[in-house]
Amino acid sequence: MTTPAPTSGRTFFLRRQDMIGIAILAVLLMVVLPLTLDNFRLQFVGKYLTYAFVALGLALCWGYAGILSLGQGVFFGLGGYCMAMFLKLEASSVENTKIQTTPGIPDFMDWNQITALPWFWEPFRSFGFTTLAVVAVPALFALIIGFALFKRRVGGVYFAIITQALAAIMTILIIGQQGYTGGINGITDLRTLHGWDIRTDSAKTILYFVCVGLLIACILLAYYVKSSKLGRLLVAMRDKEDRVRFSGYDVSSFKIFVFCLAASLSAIGGAMFTLQVGFMSPSFVGIVPSIEMVIYTAVGGRLSILGAVYGTLVVNWAKTSFSESFPELWLFGLGGLFIAVVLIFPNGLAGLWQTYVAPRLGPLFGGQARRAAPPPASEPVAPAVAE
Amino acid sequence: MFSDYSLAELSSIFMMQGFAGLILFSVFVLMALGLAIIFGQMGVINMAHGEFMILGAYVTYFTSQFFLNYLPSLFGIYFFIAMILAFLASGALGMATEWLMIRHLYKRPLDTLLATWGLSLILQQVYRSVFGPREVGVELPSWMMGSLPVTDVVEVQINGLFVMGLTIAITVAVALLMYKSSWGKQVRAVVQNRVMAGAVGINTEKVDRYTFGLGCGIAGVAGSAFTMIGSTGPTSGQLYIVDTFLVVVFGGAQSLLGTIASAFTISQAQSTLEFFLSGSMAKVLTLIGVVVILMLRPQGLFVIKVRR
Amino acid sequence: MNANVITDSMNKDFVLAVEGLTVSFDGFKAVNDLSFYVDENEIRVIIGPNGAGKTTVLDLICGRTRATAGSIRFKDRELTKMKEHEIVRAGVGRKFQNPSIYEDLTVFENLEISYPKGRTVLGALTFRRDAAVKERVQEVAETIFLADQLDQRAEYLSHGQKQWLEIGMLLIQDPELLMLDEPVAGMSVSERKKTAELLNRIIKDRSVIVIEHDMKFVEDIAHKVTVLHQGKILSEGSMAKVQADPKVVEVYLGH
Repeated sequence: MTTPAPTSGRTFFLRRQDMIGIAILAVLLMVVLPLTLDNFRLQFVGKYLTYAFVALGLALCWGYAGILSLGQGVFFGLGGYCMAMFLKLEASSVENTKIQTTPGIPDFMDWNQITALPWFWEPFRSFGFTTLAVVAVPALFALIIGFALFKRRVGGVYFAIITQALAAIMTILIIGQQGYTGGINGITDLRTLHGWDIRTDSAKTILYFVCVGLLIACILLAYYVKSSKLGRLLVAMRDKEDRVRFSGYDVSSFKIFVFCLAASLSAIGGAMFTLQVGFMSPSFVGIVPSIEMVIYTAVGGRLSILGAVYGTLVVNWAKTSFSESFPELWLFGLGGLFIAVVLIFPNGLAGLWQTYVAPRLGPLFGGQARRAAPPPASEPVAPAVAE
Repeated sequence: MFSDYSLAELSSIFMMQGFAGLILFSVFVLMALGLAIIFGQMGVINMAHGEFMILGAYVTYFTSQFFLNYLPSLFGIYFFIAMILAFLASGALGMATEWLMIRHLYKRPLDTLLATWGLSLILQQVYRSVFGPREVGVELPSWMMGSLPVTDVVEVQINGLFVMGLTIAITVAVALLMYKSSWGKQVRAVVQNRVMAGAVGINTEKVDRYTFGLGCGIAGVAGSAFTMIGSTGPTSGQLYIVDTFLVVVFGGAQSLLGTIASAFTISQAQSTLEFFLSGSMAKVLTLIGVVVILMLRPQGLFVIKVRR
Repeated sequence: MNANVITDSMNKDFVLAVEGLTVSFDGFKAVNDLSFYVDENEIRVIIGPNGAGKTTVLDLICGRTRATAGSIRFKDRELTKMKEHEIVRAGVGRKFQNPSIYEDLTVFENLEISYPKGRTVLGALTFRRDAAVKERVQEVAETIFLADQLDQRAEYLSHGQKQWLEIGMLLIQDPELLMLDEPVAGMSVSERKKTAELLNRIIKDRSVIVIEHDMKFVEDIAHKVTVLHQGKILSEGSMAKVQADPKVVEVYLGH
């Protein structure tokens, strides 16, 4: 990658400009936005940031390893549903639900004539199990899919289409199994976490900071993976898969790893979404949200970890402001964005930053000259006019 | 789930659901045929294929309205006119798309996927703005209504048979075009060796554009057929895109015969399962089945072993 | 019974024993009942007209293509059942026909990735670029004439340098059997000379199979030459013997 000479200054695994970038992001999210935005707007940012976890995972999985998953919503949803199941069970105490035919089970189960809590809901009474499940269930699911597909060398567009089909299957399944999943409405009316009311403004502010903290931690993790030999291997695999294989690596195991990692990151985002927004529904699982999450990464610059966060914020901010003022224009905007990010600026915001802004800022950051443009993306990204 | 029925009942059920699946099968085949041409021959993933189909459906709807209002005496044949118009409209839009967008993205299949998804969003919004958000349905001419009894319990709808016949005709025409005509030879030459094909004087850009247009045009015809089983709305096309892609991948993208067989398998599985389970579970099971088979045989069902 | 004993004991002497190797693609036999043996420290050159199945033979040995029938034994391990990365770890290195390097990475990183440590997911995550790695990379870089290009991104290398880099990526693994597919194709005369020199230096303590068209180059390096034609061995022996073989002359000049 843009890794400089092996001897040049890096502390542990972060380069100087990476540290500055992360610090700026942290200050922006932890200080600037909370001070300048009202609670209502800040909660929006908190919600957007949960998608940034997905975008982060995609930067690794798609940007670096060249594996385009169109089913990240599935993992976002799995994480979110795990958390929602815990919160729902807490909200469905016998006391709260005494008007139901069967008190003590979630309301939607009662509406669907289910009289006992299904076995797979049972462990979600424990918060410890839930936190583990948020990360482990999606990772396990990704492991199974990854194992089945990557071991058999399914990749590229085939992988994309199969993951998209999985997103479709998952949505249909959740909507169809209303009694167990809450159906199309999802799991709603979540109230407390160990008695702590998550619906109040102060709780939401605290959750916002938790979310930012987790995001920064995940960004650091992503940087670690990227800067490790594994990160370079991912790039190498994207470029010349056979060469990596004939250098003695089991290529599929690396793909499985990065796919599982991306799945877990998405799931953390999903769990934070449930906590902050107070519900989870199949509308975050399906084909449309899943592919929309890809655009966050693409807008940020598919090879840029920090870009993924900014891309998520920018696209969602645009979506919200468009939908408020000209709802019918948003689809044009989003559609145009998909096309533009592919045809006109394939390296996204990060590319624009590196080409136009960074060279001028160079002297401010210690004078180290930057490399002009990030390396080409998963496939040769020729200028739009090249033929 | 089968145990509640006698053998005779089961066979009738299978037959009836089989025939009920005919139109779905036809739509699948036509959609997948277009996709298979575009994906198999050009390696391009067209996520907007559903919207090209819906354009055909809208064209069919408006043609039917036109005939109803201005030429009621000829209403019986409106469908044939509509089909041709649908083919032309979707094909023209496809060629424009190829020229404006796709041709810059050859060799970047994942990027075409994203770009055409963007196109599909734009087209959906265009349909919504121009044709309105409400779903519209066509009226069938009287000769297409009703059904033919096959046995005492099994009946087949005439429009189903008609669409089925139409599909067969189009498929045969496409097969002839691809494998017998000189144009088809050019397309295949470009697929196998673009540089060489260019060197021997084939206008590869033109071949690309017409291939893409043909694929989209067939999608338009699929849209015409679609009007008989569903009402047309701005987002109706999106519902079919995943199924169609699975059909293409399942069949092994390069093989037209494979595409047809896989469309048949998937539509029949879904239609038959629907009788026993809820529609959504039938769909889930079908999709899961396809995904599992693809995991076991990723190259698709009908692909021959070749040297990599 | 007796014959079996003899073949078994003979196998032990060979680094590579290919026996009855056959592969068919959709009925077409690209390699047909092929048998040959490579000795320790031998340089074997495979020549033959286009489509003779030379590259396919290498593909079969390194596991890229699966054999339809026959066996490939490397130091008494059956390769036909092993996965590609296992074959590499067993000590077989392969250079591709077109330089296959990682264009987005630097020369250093290209070599480092090929360094045989940290080959598992966990190993790669915890891999440290320690002094031993740097030293070995430096050493190999000097052998392949790229010591002053270590920080260069590989895409900016010349074609010849890319070929050397790929050879270097194999060297760093120290394979016992090295397979090179047209190592001097597309090289200038001076690069060709340097490559011959490079090969002569690196073949010590290992066996090498080379596919090459350049007869001058073949004459310079080959211990033994195998001529393939239509998936079968047409002739085998020293360069002089092969060149004098009327069948070979026929295939090369006859049509």
